[in-house]
Amino acid sequence: MTMESCPDLPFVIGGQTFTSRLIVGTGKYRTNDEMVAAIRASGAEMVTVAVRRVDLDRSHEEGILHHLDPDEFFLLPNTAGCYTAEDAVRYARLGRAAGLNDWVKLEVIGDERTLLPDTAATLEAATALVADRFRVMAYTNDDLVTALRLEDAGCVAVMPLASPIGSGLGVVNPYYIREIKRRLSVPVIVDAGVGTASDACITMEQGVDGVLMNTAIAAAANPVGMARAMRLAIRAGREAYLAGRMAAREIAVPSSPTSGMLDTESS
Amino acid sequence: MTTPRSGSGNPGELVTIVLNGEVRSVGAGLTVAGLLRSLELHPGMVVVERNRAILPREALQATPVEEGDRIELVHFVGGG
Repeated sequence: MTMESCPDLPFVIGGQTFTSRLIVGTGKYRTNDEMVAAIRASGAEMVTVAVRRVDLDRSHEEGILHHLDPDEFFLLPNTAGCYTAEDAVRYARLGRAAGLNDWVKLEVIGDERTLLPDTAATLEAATALVADRFRVMAYTNDDLVTALRLEDAGCVAVMPLASPIGSGLGVVNPYYIREIKRRLSVPVIVDAGVGTASDACITMEQGVDGVLMNTAIAAAANPVGMARAMRLAIRAGREAYLAGRMAAREIAVPSSPTSGMLDTESS
Repeated sequence: MTTPRSGSGNPGELVTIVLNGEVRSVGAGLTVAGLLRSLELHPGMVVVERNRAILPREALQATPVEEGDRIELVHFVGGG
């Protein structure tokens, strides 16, 4: 019997190995210093960024590359905010032209209130981007058939949501998430909806390869503290999954021996 | 190094472009690299899209800003 944790497989996406199964976003932080401190505390290597117009009236305002060193973090450009496949492809190409890498976190939104993905447009954009030699990590909903099609389209990772972006509702359909993980060969990374450490842990306990989050850390009262909690939760959830949980049953089973009890006093 | 000029560019003349969605007048004969310099933007920190085509960094020096150009200057910002 060893005290070591269960042996884990390396976390490989698109031919690149990562040690942290936590991927974090860079949006919504109060300050850049707080963002960098939180990302370091999270232990994440892969970090998402968005592509936006330079603000010309305040051109002294710095882009995020002034704060995040691409040698320290693997920066993953996203297509957040895009509502059509055409726009998503355009944003992905602009992100690649920055010269960091040929990866993209593909996101094509279909509904403003829920920010749920337009899965048809996501599939269309994924197909176009793969043909253009991108390594595509596709945000999608928790629908198995779409996940399978995104894998067939050549995505290097498929990223079903736990619940809507920024909602903090946690994983609302663990069965669907487990089934997607069971059926896909590429990494399955749950993207969006995690609210706190227990959500991250429960998500990892479903057996998925990783979790991507932003608001849960950035909107915490203490983002650096939450980032550390998330790092531990991801690790705990992964180890619990590898260790194999006990079977749940709806009746109690004593933990202590039922034999060897003393005689009860009878009156 | 001399600043390459577009064919019709004369000093003092202006051309009208749409820059990040705003109509702007800039000096005729300006290159895209010159435009970035005038905005105090480092070419390594922005990506330029001109008339819907991405402009490679190597082409910034040689590409003139021309009348009616639609130019987008983008960079990375915080996001999930």
